[in-house]
Amino acid sequence: MDRDPVMLRTLRGLAGLALILWLVLPLIPLAIWSFARGWRFPDILPQSWTLQAWDYALSDTSGVLDSLTLTIWIALCATGLSILIGVPAGRALGLSTFRGKGLVEMMILAPIIVPGIAVALGLHGVFIGLGLTNTTTGVILVHLIPTLPYMTLVMAGIFANYDTAFEDQARSLGASPWQTFRHVTLPAILPGIIVGGLFAFLVSWSQYILTLLIGGGRVITLPLLLFNFAASGRNDIAGAIGMIYILPGVLVLILTARHLTGRNAAIGGLGRL
Amino acid sequence: MSESLKTFVRLAPTLAVIGLLFFGGLIMGLMRSVNYMPVIGLTEPNLDAYRAVLSDPDFLRSFGLTLHISLTSTILSAVLAVGSALLLRRSFAGRRLATFLFQLNLTVPHLVGAIGILYLFSQSGSFARLAHAAALIDRPADFPALIYDPYAIGIILQYVWKEVPFIGVIVLANMQAIGQDYEAVARSLGATRWQAIRHVLLPQIWPGVLSASVIVFAFTFGAYEIPALLGASYPAALPVLAYRSYTDVDLASRPEAMAMAMVIALMSAVMILIYTRAARRRGGR
Repeated sequence: MDRDPVMLRTLRGLAGLALILWLVLPLIPLAIWSFARGWRFPDILPQSWTLQAWDYALSDTSGVLDSLTLTIWIALCATGLSILIGVPAGRALGLSTFRGKGLVEMMILAPIIVPGIAVALGLHGVFIGLGLTNTTTGVILVHLIPTLPYMTLVMAGIFANYDTAFEDQARSLGASPWQTFRHVTLPAILPGIIVGGLFAFLVSWSQYILTLLIGGGRVITLPLLLFNFAASGRNDIAGAIGMIYILPGVLVLILTARHLTGRNAAIGGLGRL
Repeated sequence: MSESLKTFVRLAPTLAVIGLLFFGGLIMGLMRSVNYMPVIGLTEPNLDAYRAVLSDPDFLRSFGLTLHISLTSTILSAVLAVGSALLLRRSFAGRRLATFLFQLNLTVPHLVGAIGILYLFSQSGSFARLAHAAALIDRPADFPALIYDPYAIGIILQYVWKEVPFIGVIVLANMQAIGQDYEAVARSLGATRWQAIRHVLLPQIWPGVLSASVIVFAFTFGAYEIPALLGASYPAALPVLAYRSYTDVDLASRPEAMAMAMVIALMSAVMILIYTRAARRRGGR
């Protein structure tokens, strides 16, 4: 293609700069607040800096660390269960054709699109009867609603490009079903499980209303704590918790950046983070 | 074991979990919204809750506001996402940084974005302070209300911040898969730069834009924590109103909360239909 005119290139550079600024902008005051001491209007930057908010957030009294452990535990359980249940389903969807497949796909897609509150209000009554409200178990179960369909669809994409001929060869050479799975299937799909699992973890990590309703304010995950500090105007502590809260996402991004293209099914569920 | 039985066994646990938790939750919500609960002796379903909700001006205002939030955020995000993708497919200084930030933004939870928008755009936020430094305003109250405001500007800004990268990444991948050959042909046949984009590229990326936008619309219509943090208390966005009536001390308002949940579910059902149609046009997934 011919070389673009100078004006167009300049325009593109300016638009790129605006885009970069706009993408980082909301995170900047959050980071500054976490180190600010009394950052009052109209100071553009804080008068003095302090680590007080971080000291408080990382102390035993604030509950942030307990909340962090709880959030990690819930996300790990929801992810583990989603892998166990979702990988076989992904295989069925990716490799087999059967009657009613379109309907099954729509059933699995629906929880990704339908907002949590539409489901959780009805589920709440049932969970009360089962004694699952206000419990970590109940919250883990309800987190499966977004994480499991997500994991299943990612694995369906992985299995769509998977060749079962290698399994047949292993079996014909005398491998047991377990050996075939362990030494042939698993190594082939493991990268998909890891990427899908990391993002299923983030999906659980970012849940708010499902946790609030089913946890009944007793199961206090990090986003609930963050919301409370932000809503009550404790900007410095909200800043520190906010920084902690985005950390897993940054780590996952660094680990998987090359998988994060729109061609990958993994992206589909991220609209809901 | 026959192949079809294996398929069934592999799918059964997932379908059971989704059936029980997701569809179970929806059906329970539907039953309670029509006051049908045989367990406690309510065996005569009625539409009282829907009648009450649909004739309640508070609900109608909330519904209108939520529709405005979703439509405006989705359209703005889609347009800006296509623009950003057009930008990111060409090389310019800082392209790698912009692409990285695009991806980073995908992993930041909505709540963090909402708090960031709050600190930027509130009347004592960063922009108000800059306006003060530029001698445009004297007091925080002079700064226009962009948070807790009736037009939900803060909420929309947050959604646009999060969803431009979401739609953008999908559109960018679409563009890269299509390549620039078709546009080059159009250009060599005398089309202008804009004509090539408008008549050659856009029709090809449209199904992708549409399916991503549908996900965004459904999400913004039902998300709770963003309007709860950034929205005015009256009128509140629909999910906030539904949560409030559900947790109301007056238990009589629970069927009405369920009816509102069903309105949200119905809206997303429409979105699912549009999504599957768009996916089929894209060649199925």
